Amino acid sequence: MDCCYIGIDLGSTTTKAVFLDEHERIMGRGITNSRSNYALACQVAREEAEINARFGLLRKKLEASTSIGALAEPLMAVLACNYALAQHLEQLKALHAECQEVAHAHALPQPELANVGLALDRIFSALATQAELDFHPGSTAASDFFRDLATSQYLKQATAVTRELPVSFDRLVGLFDAAIIRVENHSFAGLYREYLEFATARATADARFAPFAAEIAAAVKETAELRFTVLNIVGTGYGRLTLPFAREQIRSEILCHGLGAHYMFPDTRTVLDIGGQDTKAIQVDGDGIVTGFQMNDRCAAGCGRYLGYIADEMSIGVHELGPLALQSKKPVKINSTCTVFAGAELRELMSLGEKREDILAGLHRAIVLRAMSLLARSGGVDSEFTFTGGVARNQAVTSSLEKLVFENYGKMKINISTDSIFTGAVGAALFAKRDPKGVMADLEVSQLAKNPDCGIAATCSA
Amino acid sequence: MNAEVQKEESMVLQKKMIGEHFETLSKAGESGRKVVYTFVPGNLNELILAFDLLPVHPEVNALQSGMRKLSGDYIQEAEKQGHSEDVCTYVKCDIGMLKKGNIGPTGEKLPPPDLLLLSYTGCFTFMKWFELLKQEYGCPVVMLQVPYQAEGKITASQREFVARQLRDVVVPALEQVSGKKLDEDRLKELLASSARAEDDLVYVWESAKHKPSPIDAYFGGVYYIGPIFTAFRGLPSCEAYYRELRREVDYRIAHGMGPTTPEGELRQQKYRIVVEGPPNWTSFRDFWKIFHDEGVVMVASTYTKVGGLYEQGFRHDPARPFETLAEYCLGCYTNRNLPARVDIIAKYVEEYEADGILFNSIKSCNSFSAGQLMMLRELEKRTGKAGAFIESDLVDPRYFSAANIKNRLESYFQMLEAKRQAA
Ligand code: SF4
Repeated sequence: MDCCYIGIDLGSTTTKAVFLDEHERIMGRGITNSRSNYALACQVAREEAEINARFGLLRKKLEASTSIGALAEPLMAVLACNYALAQHLEQLKALHAECQEVAHAHALPQPELANVGLALDRIFSALATQAELDFHPGSTAASDFFRDLATSQYLKQATAVTRELPVSFDRLVGLFDAAIIRVENHSFAGLYREYLEFATARATADARFAPFAAEIAAAVKETAELRFTVLNIVGTGYGRLTLPFAREQIRSEILCHGLGAHYMFPDTRTVLDIGGQDTKAIQVDGDGIVTGFQMNDRCAAGCGRYLGYIADEMSIGVHELGPLALQSKKPVKINSTCTVFAGAELRELMSLGEKREDILAGLHRAIVLRAMSLLARSGGVDSEFTFTGGVARNQAVTSSLEKLVFENYGKMKINISTDSIFTGAVGAALFAKRDPKGVMADLEVSQLAKNPDCGIAATCSA
Repeated sequence: MNAEVQKEESMVLQKKMIGEHFETLSKAGESGRKVVYTFVPGNLNELILAFDLLPVHPEVNALQSGMRKLSGDYIQEAEKQGHSEDVCTYVKCDIGMLKKGNIGPTGEKLPPPDLLLLSYTGCFTFMKWFELLKQEYGCPVVMLQVPYQAEGKITASQREFVARQLRDVVVPALEQVSGKKLDEDRLKELLASSARAEDDLVYVWESAKHKPSPIDAYFGGVYYIGPIFTAFRGLPSCEAYYRELRREVDYRIAHGMGPTTPEGELRQQKYRIVVEGPPNWTSFRDFWKIFHDEGVVMVASTYTKVGGLYEQGFRHDPARPFETLAEYCLGCYTNRNLPARVDIIAKYVEEYEADGILFNSIKSCNSFSAGQLMMLRELEKRTGKAGAFIESDLVDPRYFSAANIKNRLESYFQMLEAKRQAA
C-alpha cells in the first residue's frame, strides 16, 4: 500500500492534480479541462494523476527487472501511448453515441437523419483511424485534452464528408457541440484496467517485448491493483471553494504557486503566474514562503481567458496561438488587453489588413506588458525568476517575457518548465504533506470501476 | 447589564442623533434655518453651530447611499449628465442623488444649501465638487484655503494664514448667511465640549492596544467617528455619545471581550491589522465579514482620522478659538504629506502591536491613493511586517470584485500564517 499526499489545483480552464510520496517526491500528475462541472474536473484530474502514479511505479518495477530492465524505457513508451489510445478510442465511441443521440433527440426528418447517421459513422471511423496514427511512442500531441484533439479532427472530417453526402456542415457542428459537453461530463478512468489490458496486449505483440509477456502482464496487474492511501489532500485554484474540503485543506493559489515554484526551482525569488482569470506576481523567500504579491484588478484583461477569446474569434485552438504569433516578422502595436473588446479589436485590425500572426504577436506582447507592470508593483525581479501557470506553455508569451525581463531587470536566470502548469498543484500537495491537520476528503477512483455503464463510468453527480 | 444591551446603547444614541438631525434638516424650509454644506476633513462644525446654522455633509450622504445600495443608480445618473467614469464616486453619487430628488439617508428630503463652505484640505476634488454644486444651487461659496503640510508640520505662518481667513472671510460669510454676529463665548463653549468628546474618543481608539482588542478600529471605527466628524461635534449629545461608547469599551475590556460585529462578537483574534484607506461602502458588510471569518481585528486605521488626528495630541482649545480651528484643519490626515503618513502608520504598527498592514486603494480617490504602494513598501521595510494591497472603490458597486478581493485577502492571511509558522 502506497501512502500519498494530493494537491488539486482547480483552475478556471484546467484542473490539475499531483500525487506526492512521503519524501515529497512527485509520484503522478493529472490534468483535465475544468468544464462546467468543477467536482468532476477535480475527480478526473485526480484519477489521471493516480494512473500516472501507477505508471511511474510500473516503470520502476520494470527498470529493476533483470530480464526487462534494458527495455523498460521503450516498453513504457509503448504502454503509455496505447493506454492513451485506448482511452481516446473509448471517448470517441462515447462521442459518436452522443452525437447520434442528439440527432435523434432533435427528431430530424428522414432522409436527413439517415444521412447524418451515415456521416457520423464515416467521421468517427476516420477519427479512430487517425487516432491509431496519432498515438504512437514519441508522438507529440498538439494538446492534452480530448476536446482539443477531437474538435480539430472532427471539423476536418466533417468538411470532407459534406462533400460526399447531402448533410449540412452546420448541422454536424451543432451535434458535436452538444455531444462533446455530455462526453466531457463523464469520467473514463473507471475503465483503466481495460485500457491497461489493451495496452499490454499491444505491447506484448511487439516482437521486442513478446518474450517477456508473462512478466510484463504480471507487473502491470500488480501496479494496477495497488491501493493508495491518501494521507491528506489540499485544494487550491479559482474553484477551490467549491471543493468539499475543510477549511484547513484549502490554500490560496498565490501561496501554492510560491511554494510549488520553490520546490521546482529552489533559488527562485520571484514568481509570475498567468492563469485563466488572474495574473499574480509573487515574491517568495528562501523557503518558498510568500512575502508579497500583486494581482490583476477585478478585470481579467491580460489573463489566459483573453487568449481563449482570441482563439475563438480566430476559430483556432488556444494551443495554436503561440506558434502562429512566433511567425510574425512585424508585430502590430497593441496596448489594450481588454477581454470584452478582444473580438472587436481583432476584427478591426484584420479589416485594416494586418496579418494574423502580426496581430497575435502584438497581443501576446500586450499581455506580457501588463504582467510586467504587476511584477514591478510587487517589488520587481532581482533574482531567479519563475514563470508558472497555463499561459507559460505559450511560447510567444515566454519569449516576449524573457526579452522584457532582461530589458527591465538585466540578465538573470528565468525558469520556464513544460511542467509549470502543475506548479499550483505541487504547492498544494506540499501543503498537504506539511500540514498534518488536514482531514481526508476522498474521491474514490475505485468506486467508479464498480460502476461500468455502457462504456461510460458513473459520474459524480455534483 | 448584558453585552447585547451595552452594544446597542451607543448605536441607538447615534441613530437617534442622526434621525433628529435629518428631521431638522427636512424642516429647514419651514423653520427658516439656514443650511451650510461642508466637507468632513477640516470641517468647522463649532463655527457653523455657533451661528445656529445646519451643516450637511455630502460625503456622508454619499457613503450612506453606498451602504444602502443606492449609489449605483446615482452614479449612473451622474454619468448620464456627462461625468466621467474616473471621477470621485462620492461626487457622482452626490450629484446623482441631487438629480433624483435629493432624498437623504433617512428618506427625507435634504434642503438646498444657503452657503457652500469649502475648507480645502488635501483634496482638489473638493473644489470641483462645490463648483458643480454652486452651478446647481446658485448659492455662494466661501473657501477656506488650507495649505498643504508639505514639511510634515504646521508652521506658525500657516496657522496665521488660516486663522486670518477664518476671521476675515469665513466668519463674515457666516454672519451674512445667518444674519447674526459671531458670539465668541458660544463658540468657546462648543470648542470646550468638543475637546471633552475628543478625550473619550481617544480613549476608545487606544483601547485597541488591549489584547484582545475590545474594538475594531476600522469597521467599527467608522461608526465611532460618526458624531465627532459631522454635525454634532460641540454638542452635548456628542459628548454623551462618547461617554457611553467609552463605558461600553470599558465593559468589554473588563470582560475580556472582542468587538461586536454584524456576525457577532469577534472572539478569536488571530491577526491584528492596521489599515490605510477608506473602506468600500457598497459591500461594507461582506467586506467586514471576510475579516471576521479570518479572525482579523483592525487595531488602528487612518481613514477614521480623516476628520481629525486627535490621538496625536490635538484637542480643540477654547482659549484660542481661531488658532485651534486653523490647527485642526491643517492637521487633517489627508493634509499630511506621504512621509508623515508613513510615520503615522509605522507608529500604529508599533504601538498597537500589529501583525500586518492593509492598504485599500480606492480607484476613484486619487487624493488618498496616490503614492500608496510606495508607502506600503516603505512601511514593510521599516516595520518588518507584511503588507497587503487591495483595490476597490468607495461607492461604485462596479468597482468591487468580491472574488478578487477575497482571493487577495485570503492569500494575505495565509501568508501571515505561513510566516508565523516559519518564525
Ligand atoms: S478625498 Fe477622495 S473621496 Fe474624498 S472627495 Fe477627494 S477624491 Fe473624493
